[in-house]
Amino acid sequence: MSLSDHQIDRYLRQIILPEIGGRGQEKLLHSRILVVGAGGLGSPAALYLAAAGVGTLGLIDGDLVDRSNLQRQILHTSSRLGYPKVNSAKAVLSDINPEIEIKTYPFRLSAANALEIISQYDLVVDGTDNFPARYLINDACVLARKPMVHGSLLRWDGQVSVFWPGQGPCYRCLFPTPPPEGLLPTCQEAGVLGPVAGVIGSLQALEAIKVILTIGKPLVGRLLLFDGRQLTWDEVSLQRDPNCAVCGDHPTLTALREEATVNCSQV
Amino acid sequence: MNKTTNTLDLRGVACPMNFVRAKLFLEQMEPGALLEVIIDQGDPLRHVPASLRTEGHEILAARPLESGFQLLVRRGAGA
Repeated sequence: MSLSDHQIDRYLRQIILPEIGGRGQEKLLHSRILVVGAGGLGSPAALYLAAAGVGTLGLIDGDLVDRSNLQRQILHTSSRLGYPKVNSAKAVLSDINPEIEIKTYPFRLSAANALEIISQYDLVVDGTDNFPARYLINDACVLARKPMVHGSLLRWDGQVSVFWPGQGPCYRCLFPTPPPEGLLPTCQEAGVLGPVAGVIGSLQALEAIKVILTIGKPLVGRLLLFDGRQLTWDEVSLQRDPNCAVCGDHPTLTALREEATVNCSQV
Repeated sequence: MNKTTNTLDLRGVACPMNFVRAKLFLEQMEPGALLEVIIDQGDPLRHVPASLRTEGHEILAARPLESGFQLLVRRGAGA
């Protein structure tokens, strides 16, 4: 038995689950997950993944903790305003679980570094808040053949899906190109409530664990839509597009490039 | 046969840790192999055998000891 007494203690409540057990726990401890964005989605996702004992947790984010983050980005605290978000996150996560390795990348994911970083992980959690980053992660995950757990937020609503190359569609099958600027919400419209981020980011952690341990039915080919005001869930079935530029039968996008959409935080 | 049967003494180990200890031990064994598990009376006796059965293991025999309770468990195929 390779789990220590401390580990059995720490992970007791999930080792009890028949689908996990000791073997599943050992597999989690050997798994490597990259969380892109240590913000509204990345906070709950990283907290639960670290607590669950994901052995290597990568965090990439180039931003510093700002007061306006604290309303929803529950990894960060008032005493760490101005810190790089990945450092602030690591302080919390390694306090919760000192036995996992937390690798921090205090910069933005870019076309130049995405493949090299993503290829070191088993799975990527997309916790970004803008289209260029989302397409970059999608394309890199397709090229590196890594499952990606997608999440996004707007106001009271959110969505989740799992894009798993070879198993189902990718984000570009759904939205081939970023939306034109006029369709994007302006900054004023792009409010978001903290618990909505908590719901969606928590589901991303759940899906990540399921994919790593091949448990149940992951959200592959399914987009889950959350309406926080009416408290309803919708599910949309997604198909892989054989003409998709990146994951289609004859891909035209075979190297990474950055989409030049202006996003709210850059305005 | 009993020469090769492992024994796990879980007296003094509370629920649900006693169950998890037995579960982890059984996980490492071959399907069909036998394990002797000793637990406390009371709550452990109420919960552990039932939980082991739910996991797909078989309780072949159970007998009270001077202190505690002895179970003979056959590892299930699925767990």
